[in-house]
Amino acid sequence: MAHAAAMHEDVMLPPVQRAAGAGVYTEKLGMWIFLGSEVMFFTALIGTYVILRFAHPSSWKPPGQVLNIPVTAVNTFLLICSSVTMVKAFASAQDGLLQQLKLWLVATCVIGATFVGVQVYEYRHLIEKGFVPSEGLYGSTFYTMTGFHGFHVTLGVICMIFVTQKAFRGKYTQSDHRGVEVIGLYWHFVDLVWIILFTIVYLI
Amino acid sequence: MAHPEQATTSGRPTHAHPNYILIWVFLAVLTAVELSVAFLPWPKTLIILILLGMAFWKAALVGLYYMHLRFEPNRLRILAIAPLPLFAVLVCAVITEWIW
Repeated sequence: MAHAAAMHEDVMLPPVQRAAGAGVYTEKLGMWIFLGSEVMFFTALIGTYVILRFAHPSSWKPPGQVLNIPVTAVNTFLLICSSVTMVKAFASAQDGLLQQLKLWLVATCVIGATFVGVQVYEYRHLIEKGFVPSEGLYGSTFYTMTGFHGFHVTLGVICMIFVTQKAFRGKYTQSDHRGVEVIGLYWHFVDLVWIILFTIVYLI
Repeated sequence: MAHPEQATTSGRPTHAHPNYILIWVFLAVLTAVELSVAFLPWPKTLIILILLGMAFWKAALVGLYYMHLRFEPNRLRILAIAPLPLFAVLVCAVITEWIW
């Protein structure tokens, strides 16, 4: 039934609009432009962090002394897993495997929400230990960078739930699954940023 | 070679799916190696260079294969990397402020 509805919508939907310049449809181009602005935002944060760290090396503690690296390593692994579930969801949509699309999207939502939960757990423990945002340059830069990233992941999870709900309502088809691709780009970008942040903030 | 517009619309893929699971394994292994390298008793500068190299390698894998930049038209790739020079400008500008 859902398949029949999906087929019907497939026929009824207007053709996918493409931007003439970049050769991609409008929503995807819009997401890439947005991600460009996000690259600028995070490079500003990371650049500032690098400069402050070089200028005031004594304000930073060695890796693992304050921050809980094992917990964060598990969280990093979770985010990497969520990227593979997201891209598998997109591949399933491309192949017309709409049941698999739903499963992979649900998995991405669950793993993404778990990442946010682990970050909240990490913050609680750090604050209990006295490592607060007002704890000099180290604390303020740590919470600013990881906090903005966590905010992005939270927004991503909310959008992902919306997309998953649409998938369960049969709104995506093999020929039109723009929403899945666009949220996927955002999700992978968030993963990519975390890969850099994990190295710079936790391991160096 | 696929027509650029065909290759970038939502719909059936015009290229075979990359081996996403293999890339995931690479990412997980690189993360494990990073964790090991971070605590080796090597010179700090060497460790930083290795860690940054692996981080950018992982980021490139995500960008190229999960975000499909490898299969996108050049115009979109340029759009994706265009903001990066900001990083260099920002760091250079503030480093000069710090040095002098």
